[in-house]
Amino acid sequence: MAKYKMHMLVCGGTGCRASASDMLYENLKKEVQDNNLEDDVQVVTTGCFGFCEKGPIVKVIPDNTFYVSVEPDDAKDIVAEHAIKGRSVKRLLYTDPAKKEQIPDSKHMGFYKKQIRIALRNCGLIDPENIEEYLAADGYEALGKVLAEMKPEEAIQEVIDSGLRGRGGGGFPTGIKWQIASKVDGAQKYVVCNADEGDPGAFMDRSILEGDPHSVLESMAINGYCIGATKGLIYIRAEYPLAIKRLKIAIKQAREFGLLGKDILGSGFDFDVEIRYGAGAFVCGEETALIHSMEGDRGEPTFKPPFPAQSGYLGMPTNVNNVESYANIPVIFNKGAKWFASIGTEKSKGTKVFALAGKINNVGLIEVPMGITLREVIYEIGGGIKDGKKFKAVQTGGPSGGCLTEKHLDTPIDFDNLIAAGSMMGSGGMIVMDEDDCMVSVAKFYLDFTVEESCGKCSPCRVGNKRLYEQLELITQGKAKKEDLDKLRNLSNVIRDTSLCGLGQTSPNPVLSTMDNFHEEYLAHVTDKQCPSGVCKDLIRYEVIAENCVGCTACARNCPVNCISGERKQVHEIDQALCIKCGACLEKCKFNAIAVI
Amino acid sequence: MTKIKSLADLKKMKSDLQSKIALREKSDTPEGRTLIKVAMATCGIASGSKQVMDFLVEELDKRNVDAIVTQTGCMGYCYAEPTIEVTVPGKDPVVFGYVDTKKADDIIEKYIKNGELLEGIIPVNYETIEKNK
Ligand SMILES: Cc1cc2nc3c(=O)[nH]c(=O)nc-3n(C[C@H](O)[C@H](O)[C@H](O)COP(=O)(O)O)c2cc1C
Ligand code: SF4
Ligand code: SF4
Ligand code: SF4
Repeated sequence: MAKYKMHMLVCGGTGCRASASDMLYENLKKEVQDNNLEDDVQVVTTGCFGFCEKGPIVKVIPDNTFYVSVEPDDAKDIVAEHAIKGRSVKRLLYTDPAKKEQIPDSKHMGFYKKQIRIALRNCGLIDPENIEEYLAADGYEALGKVLAEMKPEEAIQEVIDSGLRGRGGGGFPTGIKWQIASKVDGAQKYVVCNADEGDPGAFMDRSILEGDPHSVLESMAINGYCIGATKGLIYIRAEYPLAIKRLKIAIKQAREFGLLGKDILGSGFDFDVEIRYGAGAFVCGEETALIHSMEGDRGEPTFKPPFPAQSGYLGMPTNVNNVESYANIPVIFNKGAKWFASIGTEKSKGTKVFALAGKINNVGLIEVPMGITLREVIYEIGGGIKDGKKFKAVQTGGPSGGCLTEKHLDTPIDFDNLIAAGSMMGSGGMIVMDEDDCMVSVAKFYLDFTVEESCGKCSPCRVGNKRLYEQLELITQGKAKKEDLDKLRNLSNVIRDTSLCGLGQTSPNPVLSTMDNFHEEYLAHVTDKQCPSGVCKDLIRYEVIAENCVGCTACARNCPVNCISGERKQVHEIDQALCIKCGACLEKCKFNAIAVI
Repeated sequence: MTKIKSLADLKKMKSDLQSKIALREKSDTPEGRTLIKVAMATCGIASGSKQVMDFLVEELDKRNVDAIVTQTGCMGYCYAEPTIEVTVPGKDPVVFGYVDTKKADDIIEKYIKNGELLEGIIPVNYETIEKNK
């Protein structure tokens, strides 16, 4: 076998592939061949590097050179310059937006400095479609060790000792969940991996499945051994085709290698995994709804108890865990529960993967130790707020979560602190907002999502959220009164307290947390009929500032409804009755002569 | 594919496969490892730096020396090609000139393993190499 001196790792995640990273991979391979370097340079497709803002990414090993926004045509230069002459291609290096200097390699990027990669350890390192690379990276060793050397109780104890808590949102201790499931008898027990991931903007679980599918299969088998289940099911949305494709390849390879199927590693333990497809309803991520959906029934939640551990899939004892929870398991066995528990805070151990999005410089996927502060995430890893604007809030926990503000910037992030701050961990969406975001509109956005996704089974959620949405709409239109804010709060409390499932119980959180943290902003909407951020269309006007206007006509030419009048070199005027508040004039005026009032 | 039948088989398979990604894992934690840069510009390649690089990669591995070999552009010592720069952890980088496989062998055995100084060291200012990268 040839010993490669250089590896070129090309991101093959969904984001980078959308920008033709698969073509880039082909081109790199071809260039390597054309230059007779096949024995020296290996080109590999890997999972996501997390730096999605600047994809497609190519990382060159061993010097860790990190190329960003690489196009298929750049393959020629990368091979000619880097592989042959040993010089990096300067124009493809990442430029730090704050310092304005080029960063030679990933080790010098602020984005990676504070990250600890456990769940994402293999993403961007190995080829997810090649089981041999997973095996080389300690793959299936945890399973082998557990089967050969540990009793189920001992393995469960290891997971309990690690302190791992569920990453799907609730934060329930994973080891305890396994212990409960192990004690319930049933003719056929099941292990279910929840890969529904439906929060807007979240792609943590998808990236893990795309970048490291075997780690989830391995953990499910360990889970099966611990609770006495021989069947595993992965519930994944049909709209994640790349993750499904890689899972299928992984399952096939694992069976061929005898790592799934009968008598795994000569231990006498049988375990196999099947994929089940979801149609992409947010509520189907709730575990009881998910189980009903897999049974072929409507994906509606049912009351707990009974919990899935008591009566789950086909009425049998079932253990449901999230993708990211599973991705941590092999490391817990390979490095030990003690090592795992040494990372994080007192009650939240290990790391959390977040999808960083919104008004931030480095949009992407990050994995950070529990207990890191929002400030570190936003300013060090995220590279600060876009365009030098002012930080306003961070939304965590998606439609079930809330907003954190300036005063939370130095709070260590963990399950309990986020709840105390009126938000929650959720599955790991983290959307950063700046001074231009209107918090009432943000709450309205999430309520819109909830109303769409409510299954309609119980009235507090079905009717209540619709009313909540309508109230918010009235506020953004300037048609609400101050007293209506109390109504909003009361209704929120009722929905929270009386809904059947987690969706309804948490749906008012975005409203309550923005009302608590941005009370002034709500007041401005209802008493002064103003939107301080200039977002709510019904509460703003575009006006020409006469002393600045030079009469260049640019605004008038670009107004889609022709409501701006004025002669050349004369001050222009906007007809407010016709204006649709599209903002085109503001964007086109080069003389600062249009203002939002 | 024959199935893996036991934990021992699995471990054996892993040690056979490890070299596939060893380079990637090493480069992720460069701290504490010896770094060797081989100048691979036109002048270097013409004078045999490719062979030196192949030799280093092959031999360091065989002799279990924990090192990362990277290539770099012209270091500006074209008269002394092939040149390599060696950074042993905790020491300043040292550049060797006129490196052939025999000299490379000496560098591994004497300089890297035993810390003996060798002939053929070119006095260097680290800055210039970084700039030429
Ligand atoms: C409305 C709703 C949506 C949910 N969506 C997901 C999801 O997409 N993925 C997930 O893992 N858990 C989701 N959950 C949580 C699951 O019900 C369940 O708690 C979780 O899968 C358990 O795994 P864990 O303990 O490993 O976190 C959702 C819960 C609710 C109420
Ligand atoms: S709370 Fe909403 S999503 Fe949950 S069962 Fe009731 S209607 Fe359905
Ligand atoms: S674009 Fe600006 S300066 Fe030109 S006419 Fe319109 S308002 Fe006046
Ligand atoms: S906001 Fe749009 S519609 Fe209104 S005046 Fe400007 S360009 Fe015309």
